[in-house]
Amino acid sequence: MPFSKSPWSRRALHLALGVLALTVPFMITSSYILHVIIMCYISAIAIYGLNLILGYTGQLSLAHAGFYGIGAYTLGILTLKLKFSFWLALPLACGLTSLVGLLVGLISLRLRSHYFTIFTLCVGVIINLVIEHWESMTEGVRGLIGVPPPNPIPLPGGGQILFTDINSQYYLILLCLAFTIFCITRIVNSLVGRTLIAIRNSEELASTIGINVFLNKLIAFVISTFFAGLAGALFAGYIRFLGPTMSHPNITFDFLLALLIGGQATLAGPMVGSLLVMTVTESLQFMQSYRMIVFGPFLILVVMFFPGGLVGAYYTASHKIRARLNKNNSQRPPAPAPGKARTKTKELQG
Amino acid sequence: MELFFQQLINGLTLGSIYCLVALGLTLIYGIMHMPNFAHGHLYMVGAYCVLFLSTSYGFNYWLAILATMVILAFLGILMERLVFHPLRNAPPTNSFIAAVGALLFLEAGAIVLWGADYRRMPEVFGKVVNIFGVMATQQRLVVIFSALALMGALHLFLKKTLIGSTIEAMAQDRDGAFLVGINANVVSMMTFAVASAMAAAAAGLAGPLFLVFPAMGGLVILKAFVIIVLGGMGSIPGAVVGAYILGLSESMGATIFPAQYKDIVAFVLLVIILSVKPTGLFAKEDR
Repeated sequence: MPFSKSPWSRRALHLALGVLALTVPFMITSSYILHVIIMCYISAIAIYGLNLILGYTGQLSLAHAGFYGIGAYTLGILTLKLKFSFWLALPLACGLTSLVGLLVGLISLRLRSHYFTIFTLCVGVIINLVIEHWESMTEGVRGLIGVPPPNPIPLPGGGQILFTDINSQYYLILLCLAFTIFCITRIVNSLVGRTLIAIRNSEELASTIGINVFLNKLIAFVISTFFAGLAGALFAGYIRFLGPTMSHPNITFDFLLALLIGGQATLAGPMVGSLLVMTVTESLQFMQSYRMIVFGPFLILVVMFFPGGLVGAYYTASHKIRARLNKNNSQRPPAPAPGKARTKTKELQG
Repeated sequence: MELFFQQLINGLTLGSIYCLVALGLTLIYGIMHMPNFAHGHLYMVGAYCVLFLSTSYGFNYWLAILATMVILAFLGILMERLVFHPLRNAPPTNSFIAAVGALLFLEAGAIVLWGADYRRMPEVFGKVVNIFGVMATQQRLVVIFSALALMGALHLFLKKTLIGSTIEAMAQDRDGAFLVGINANVVSMMTFAVASAMAAAAAGLAGPLFLVFPAMGGLVILKAFVIIVLGGMGSIPGAVVGAYILGLSESMGATIFPAQYKDIVAFVLLVIILSVKPTGLFAKEDR
């Protein structure tokens, strides 16, 4: 990852960001701003999932909000109607979402490129329509009202952690976000991650060198739906009201927008994109339904001129600056070909 | 039996409208190899144009449709130039995403300009006619026959005119078309113009039967995708057959399944077909 020159400065930056994230509830007194930040975190978890399948594997799945909806409704129905504990319902919601993801993936990943995109778009619409019309289960357009908050966790000393206030919810969701980032980072830097990138770059080439393209795409797809389900389940426990619009394909487009602006195939992209798009959206609240008049063309401009998004543009710029500095500092001839190749592979990993 | 014929007419009406939209989509796919997710929103803009031309400016119904076709043809060319032409060499997912951007823009633009409420186009051919005991409004018959006429016109355009044959040539073999000196820019612009005009005609014909609202393009485009996947992407006869299959199965399905699930029929059909035969029913190319 061409983040900075030495791993030390990078580590320091990560530590600083972690400390910042932990101290946010102490610094921000406005519960509205804290709410916006929590919503950013929740969508960032879903967007990390989308990033794995779109950014690293190169498959545009438009069913993401559908899986987000499945996660949310599973948790909502389990805790509200069947009186399950939140802590049991959370893994069940993620598990059910991944299971549906597996079934959808088994069919849809046999298709390539545009067929896959159209198919997943239809799957997203089907999930949305089912949620909207299965009234006996999901309460239809009325929505699920009063999903209970996470159950209190008893502490050994006799006290308990309550999840009724916004600060404790913040830490729960931050923990899940950290878990997501950790998992995605490990996946991307592992052999599986390299394999996915190889598939993105050329499916034919990947299968020639002995990669099982279908299996690896399926793994990426199931993991991406897992995180969509996790984000949905957290959303249900936090907002405590679920309506069918939360799984509408437009939500997928929101995720897509944030990912593209932040930077696909980068580890920081989903976080940057989610924070940026959510803040801009919240500050443009007066034009809530028209915001796409700005974001729509913006999305087109981003794919045209910055396919790597903001983070990608930053990497490219810092690469250029560093290359120029190296040239000025040393009178050596320009970097030989192998060196160039190495930066190229590093870029791919990042 | 009467119900059957009633649903047959309804199915043919739906099929005709789907057909006009799907033909445009499949033409664009044939040339650009890209699913234009914004195509349904051109249909929506077309519906608003016909609505306003006929109500606010007092255009005759047919004249309004004709004028809308011209306007939309220019809008289509504009979209091709601004959005898809610059991305012709980019990875395919980029142009899908750009199409999504165009879709979001058109929908938000319609909400800003015309509000989010549902509107109804005035009925022009409201009379009910009786054909061998089956009741149908004139509008439905107008839709069915106008769609057939437009399909005939498109067929003549593609087969008998020079510019039409260049579109066909380019869809069949891109490199071959270049070799004989066909200008790719002109062909792409013409394809977008024809496809958008077809969508406008579909919107104008369907207008008096359905409601007009900013999100109306979403469902239509999805069904058009179902149709062209069904018929094999880029295949024109496939799109025609697929459209009537879908229109009829939706209207027949409405008598069997509860009404709120009628929109699901299309997507379930797609899922089944792609699971069994991933290349579509009439596919000629590799998936």
